[in-house]
Amino acid sequence: MIEVRGLRKAFGQARVLDGVDLRVGQGESLCVIGQSGTGKSVLLKCILGLIQPDEGVILSQGQPLEPYRFMRRFGMLFQGAALFDSLSVWQNVAFRLRQRMSDRAARAIALEKLARVGLDRNVADLMPAELSGGMAKRVGLARAIADDPAVIFFDEPTTGLDPIRARAIDGLIRGIVTETGATAVTITHDMASVRAIGDRVALLQGGRIVHDGPVASMDQAPALAHFLA
Amino acid sequence: MNPLRAIGRPALRVTRGIGAVTLFAVRGLAGLRPFPWWAILAQLLQIGWLSLPVVGLTALFTGAALALQIHSGGERFQASDVVPAIVAIGMVRELGPVLGGLMVAARVASSIAAEIGTMRVTEQIDALVTLSTDPIRWLVTPRLWAAVLSLPVLVAVGDVIGIMGGWLIGTTSLGFNSVTYIANSWAYLEGWDVMSGLIKGAVFGLIVALSGCWCGMRSGRGAAGVGRATTSAVVAAAVGILAANFALTGLFFR
Repeated sequence: MIEVRGLRKAFGQARVLDGVDLRVGQGESLCVIGQSGTGKSVLLKCILGLIQPDEGVILSQGQPLEPYRFMRRFGMLFQGAALFDSLSVWQNVAFRLRQRMSDRAARAIALEKLARVGLDRNVADLMPAELSGGMAKRVGLARAIADDPAVIFFDEPTTGLDPIRARAIDGLIRGIVTETGATAVTITHDMASVRAIGDRVALLQGGRIVHDGPVASMDQAPALAHFLA
Repeated sequence: MNPLRAIGRPALRVTRGIGAVTLFAVRGLAGLRPFPWWAILAQLLQIGWLSLPVVGLTALFTGAALALQIHSGGERFQASDVVPAIVAIGMVRELGPVLGGLMVAARVASSIAAEIGTMRVTEQIDALVTLSTDPIRWLVTPRLWAAVLSLPVLVAVGDVIGIMGGWLIGTTSLGFNSVTYIANSWAYLEGWDVMSGLIKGAVFGLIVALSGCWCGMRSGRGAAGVGRATTSAVVAAAVGILAANFALTGLFFR
């Protein structure tokens, strides 16, 4: 579904990605972990076309990824939710839908997606500045799934949330990925999230993937011992 | 160090910068399909309509002060009668466009840079891309066109208010007859005087919006990055307006 081959990216003298190879199968949920500053978010942004890699190939179903062309099949939950300040909650959720359908139809779908992430219709007309961190994350999640994407990316979905809210977001993500059959790529350093969301876990270290295996057997992986301690 | 290298490196950097800004402006101005009616109207309100009070007040006081200065200076060689004509020509050719442009630069370039810069640091611009939307077309195109269209109108309104500022002082403090003052203002004013000021206004509008959008899009991280982007936008817009005014005045009136 998504394949990354020999991805390299440097910022000045600092080589952040140094030959990353990664493959995520159809309907699979992959978690990429690593310490702060190892380039997890850079990897994600390269896959999404937000950062131009220096070398390497990114394929989606065997085709090279091009920004805008493939985006319609992707959904993305940003670390800080990245909701548009000037638009209301439902307009944020229905942003892409409004480009091809009436506001009435787009709003109906937005309300349905908001309900799916546990927010009632009273929230729909609020502005992002009026939301708590957890609510903003849920709205971001509703926006990511609004157009029924085939692949959903999650950048640190539980960062900044207390443990109870973090587990609630994990549960929502797992539920949505299972229900829709979407492929999921999650960047995180929260091992509880990895257990809740992932089928597979990959460790990014020194610009390369140094471990890639099933979540079920990660307790036995020596490379992950530091993270599991 | 090789002196050629010392000269060449900054020269290449400046050339690359000019090229990048030019391409950015062309992409911004060209992003009109589909035509973003509502976005342009919203920006016309923000950039044009809401700048009217500050541009009007600036023009009023400038016209009044200009009348006082010309009257006082003209008296030295018995030429104080030229006050209406010089106020009118000075306002429409130079002061209306330049001061209007500078006031809009202070109000609008900073606001555009802060808004887009905040969107940059909070990943809202990345979010636009992931939602299949070109940030240039969504954010830059409406602002560029709204500024290009609204600045000439603001300049025209400022010209009229500035001339009326001169008339107010002329008739209340300097002993001019009201009808004669207005007649003399019109008598020496040519169509090209007005048109050149309006063209300057459109160019200054482009400079203001372009500075705000460019600096906002390239904003650094955090509040400090947005602050620097805002300052850079206002400085770039102000210097750009003054430099463009010199170039356009040379082009139009030499």
